[in-house]
Amino acid sequence: MSTLSERILGAPAGEYVDREVDIAFAHDGTGVLAREALREMGVERLPHPERLRLIFDHIVPANTGTTATLQAELRGYARSSGIALSDAGGGICHQVMSEGVVRPGMVVVGADSHTCTLGAFGAFATGMGATDMAAVWASGATWFRVPETIAVNLAGNLPCAAEPKDVALAYVARLGMEGATYRALEFVGDGAAGLSMDGRLTLSNMAVETGAKTGMFYADPATVRYLADYGLAAASQTPEDCRYERTVDIDLGDIVPLVAVPHRVDTVREAEEVAGTHLDQVFVGTCTNGRYEDLARFARIVRGKKVAVRTVVVPASRTVLARAIATGVLADIVDAGCMVVPPGCGPCLGAHAGVLGEGEVCLSTANRNFRNRMGVGGEIYLSSVATAAASAIAGEITAPEVA
Amino acid sequence: MQGAGPAICLGNDIDTDVIIAGRYLRTKDRSVWAEHAFEDLDPALAPRLSGSIIVAGRNMGCGSSREQAVVALREAGVVGVVAESFARIFFRNAVNVGLPVLEAAVSCTDGARVAFDLDAGWVEVDGKRYPARPLSGRMITILRAGGLVPYWGSHR
Repeated sequence: MSTLSERILGAPAGEYVDREVDIAFAHDGTGVLAREALREMGVERLPHPERLRLIFDHIVPANTGTTATLQAELRGYARSSGIALSDAGGGICHQVMSEGVVRPGMVVVGADSHTCTLGAFGAFATGMGATDMAAVWASGATWFRVPETIAVNLAGNLPCAAEPKDVALAYVARLGMEGATYRALEFVGDGAAGLSMDGRLTLSNMAVETGAKTGMFYADPATVRYLADYGLAAASQTPEDCRYERTVDIDLGDIVPLVAVPHRVDTVREAEEVAGTHLDQVFVGTCTNGRYEDLARFARIVRGKKVAVRTVVVPASRTVLARAIATGVLADIVDAGCMVVPPGCGPCLGAHAGVLGEGEVCLSTANRNFRNRMGVGGEIYLSSVATAAASAIAGEITAPEVA
Repeated sequence: MQGAGPAICLGNDIDTDVIIAGRYLRTKDRSVWAEHAFEDLDPALAPRLSGSIIVAGRNMGCGSSREQAVVALREAGVVGVVAESFARIFFRNAVNVGLPVLEAAVSCTDGARVAFDLDAGWVEVDGKRYPARPLSGRMITILRAGGLVPYWGSHR
């Protein structure tokens, strides 16, 4: 009787295994280093370019000549090596991989810590560094220590004012920033089945904020339907009676809008408790909350109103952006006075498109509020999309009203 | 593999953003990362890194997968990193770039004399010995080779 990680990796927890990977991707930042490492390894021909992807998302379009030159070199390498490239504007790597690429049961590695996002499909998906990625480019395989698993048992349904991001903040607060180090998380229970794929991706995305290797959902009819829309066939995965290291129970009915306060992701307060906190910027987007459902939720709240604070909205991918245009969601966002930045990571990592000044305060729908991450001396609060929308209108942190 | 040097003590949950900030990542010049290591934590730290051993608490290197964090420390001349626990990507990255990492809970103050032996699995602080969690055989081999790049050349 196996956990999903044990089933996919084919060995019991604690064992080291060598595994061929199904998909491996790097972005414009880590890809540059992986290319350098590969060159130093003396590897010229890639045995499995069809498994590899380069996805430009971290600083797109390039912010400086140096960045542009590094991206141009990597673009050239993609062309010459046969690695498929999603160029600037295509979207965030995890989002692009969630749009009809990753399927249940796959082994997926990405040179980005939030690769755990793709565990939402019932894949074993984990982040690695650039040199490890170079070895994957060189061989098509890597090694893993099969992780022990912590179950996050979700029961019931979310109240109207709360959303999957609030559940993510709740479980990160419960486990702590190192509560699941070296472990996998499995999101189980009737509450897990009730979440949309967009919502599941939000929960899986934040697994690494507890130190976890991945955060997985069992593929079910919702997964199968989602992938069918991209023309992919997939089957559900049936949970077995397996041994979890521990189980964390969360009743979704108890979830209220939450905010992670500076500078730790696991220091979480009810939004009501920090209501009134002055804001200089609101940021909606990222691999946590830049999907279509997120933008649509944001638009519903700001429609017909004006934001009272600088608000940066970044769709997670071109597909998300196109759909938001087609449905009128983007017009509502623009009419409310928000800035829309091209698909990508936006200001999340403090490189461009909304960097904070000394002493500025930002409410963000991202996944990290580390000290100085979005700019030296800036403070980051993390929240759901609904809390970000209500706060953008008010100009200060505000708990969303029940829709 | 052995090493020794004066301790630079850090706390828990040292994230890779404070080891090397996002604004310095876009270059292939490794000296830039060494020069700006820990800048947002304490700008006085970078010049002290050469020859030192970093002694951290729990969850060392959490956050981003950026390999520049471990390269910054190696290029700055850090001899090794001891921590009560590590974030897994940072740990694997350190091994891959040939930076010795030891998981051990030690009592330490800044400037204390720290020594370690990776193969024997111990860390010493001012002469007091603490056990370190053993690395897998493959990780020791990669570290001994000087990282995954030289290991690739000699083991494939």
